[in-house]
Amino acid sequence: MLESYLRKRLKEKEILLMTHIVLGYPTFEDSFSIIEAMVKAGVDLMELQIPFSEPVADGPVILHANQKALAGGATVKKCLDFAKNVAHTFDIPFLFMSYYNILFKYGVDRFVGATAERGLQGAIVPDLPPEEGEDYLKAMQKYNLAPIFIFSPTSPDERMKYLASFGQGFIYCVARKGVTGVDTNFSEQLEEYLARCRKATNLPLALGFGVKNKTDIDFLKGRVDIAVIGSQTIRLVDKEGVGVVGEFIKNLR
Amino acid sequence: MIDRGYYDGFGGAYLPEILVATFDELVETFQEAKNDPEFWQNYTDIMSTYSCRPTPITFAANLTKHFGGASIYIKREDLNHTGAHKANNVMGQGLLVKRMGKTRVIAETGAGQHGVATATMAARFGFKCTIYMGEVDMRRQRPNVFWMERLGAEVVPVQEGTRILKDAINEAFRDWVTNMDTTHYVLGTACGPHPFPEMVSYFQSIIGKEARKQILKKEGKLPTRIYACVGGGSNAMGIFKSFLDDPVELVGVEAAGKGLSSGQHATRLSSEDASIGVAQGYKTYFLQDNDGQMKETHSIAAGLDYVGVSPILAHLKETGRVRFETATDKEVVDALSLTIKKEGLIPALESAHAFAGAFKEAPALSGDDIILINQSGRGDKDIFTIADAFADPGWQEFIKEKAEEYHA
Repeated sequence: MLESYLRKRLKEKEILLMTHIVLGYPTFEDSFSIIEAMVKAGVDLMELQIPFSEPVADGPVILHANQKALAGGATVKKCLDFAKNVAHTFDIPFLFMSYYNILFKYGVDRFVGATAERGLQGAIVPDLPPEEGEDYLKAMQKYNLAPIFIFSPTSPDERMKYLASFGQGFIYCVARKGVTGVDTNFSEQLEEYLARCRKATNLPLALGFGVKNKTDIDFLKGRVDIAVIGSQTIRLVDKEGVGVVGEFIKNLR
Repeated sequence: MIDRGYYDGFGGAYLPEILVATFDELVETFQEAKNDPEFWQNYTDIMSTYSCRPTPITFAANLTKHFGGASIYIKREDLNHTGAHKANNVMGQGLLVKRMGKTRVIAETGAGQHGVATATMAARFGFKCTIYMGEVDMRRQRPNVFWMERLGAEVVPVQEGTRILKDAINEAFRDWVTNMDTTHYVLGTACGPHPFPEMVSYFQSIIGKEARKQILKKEGKLPTRIYACVGGGSNAMGIFKSFLDDPVELVGVEAAGKGLSSGQHATRLSSEDASIGVAQGYKTYFLQDNDGQMKETHSIAAGLDYVGVSPILAHLKETGRVRFETATDKEVVDALSLTIKKEGLIPALESAHAFAGAFKEAPALSGDDIILINQSGRGDKDIFTIADAFADPGWQEFIKEKAEEYHA
């Protein structure tokens, strides 16, 4: 379902854009305005991060957004309600992104069911390798949602194939070692890695971590199917406010 | 990874993909070392020459008399180099770092003992060293910050989250996902993703191996009960492991802080405030809310002030093999005070939890019973906190004078 949407979009655009926001940061009203601006500016799909107190894979920008959203009273229930609203208001696919404890405490099957019921199309859980994800994978299949798995430059070829065998929709390729929100060197080395990713799967490839401007995205054209913008929009909102998000996104492609 | 380190559902390895290959390498290196008979020999040789192993057991004649119940013995992990059982784990992991050919180590620290131990190991083996420490803990344990820096380590203050142990662990992981090619993360306790719970317990098991022999030699029989404080659980696992198949009651004492009903505590295994969850790469009991967000914890002892607990201990709690009790900050200070006066021993605030737990039960036991308390570390590092707890006027005066000297 998600994959066919992406394939269709890819016939019209050279590269798709996925953006990432932390729900409830700075507020849920702002989250809504940011999504609205992003969709208007042509974003093709979005990750909605349910904040968690221990986001180990995230760098300082997204970490602070998580902490501030929680301090501002963001709860899982509010995130689910909010997601339902945006999924029904805007005509692009939305995915949940969160850490496994959020799903685990809610009940994995119940959480995945709620994700489907709210009209979302998949999920990214960065601290859940397939080896630990039996319940999750079963539930994602049951509710017909796409589990998005992650490749990293440290993943051997065999492991990439193994991960791809569980993935649906697309594969999220982490551009480099490290956490989110740190600069990435868009170089030949990255190209070699992406070639390895291509060989390991037929699914569309998204690339994230350190993608922050048009130059980065131009580099990625023809190399991946989706560019992921995460920390950069949060940084922008912190500095210049919600109002500049639309212009920023429009100028990326 | 084939064995994912599960203990009846607790444990596992909930890893971001970027670290999977690093953990595969670590698991392999650890397995090889464990299967190499020379490795353990080499490890104990180092511990007997660089640290003070075997550490003795001390018969606490005055405390025994004071309580009038069981004979009280104390396993003296405080006599290790750097003053705590933490030395065991870091030297063991240091040997693995050498095997892996890495050149830099990082570590989290709460009380600072693990940080100091890691910094000594790094100095000795010639590794670069970075220690992550919560800002709150840096204030509580300033003398240890001083020593880490003298030993050549960079101490990074962690200003995220609750600014204590769990936040230091998160920051260490963030460093690791960037620098894993050169760097090993020396996790200080029997928590975290597989193989850490097993590996840290393996190195710490030297405590119980010695203690079992020592008490048998001294008393000709096994102890009735063994007490250990439980933060992450490494000293408890260390002493318990060799007695798991014996008819010995094992008691873990968690930090009840300002009391279980106050919400300001670090009691994961004996409190309604904790439930099973997955964080920092493993499944165990965490102090968390219904959404799965980690709660703030409190203990007078920085080293026990942690949201999670060893998955192996969570398993031993469920099977009933280990009993878990708690001690409040106040009970701990009282137990510490009594131990200092009666025996001339100065347990760390962490270890004093084990003493407090044992003191509550010792009078009810008979003269034939033996109890063994693991004194996991020494209390010198706690001088500021203990002086505050005792509101020591002479010390306060000294600090004021010292401050004035620096102004001069």
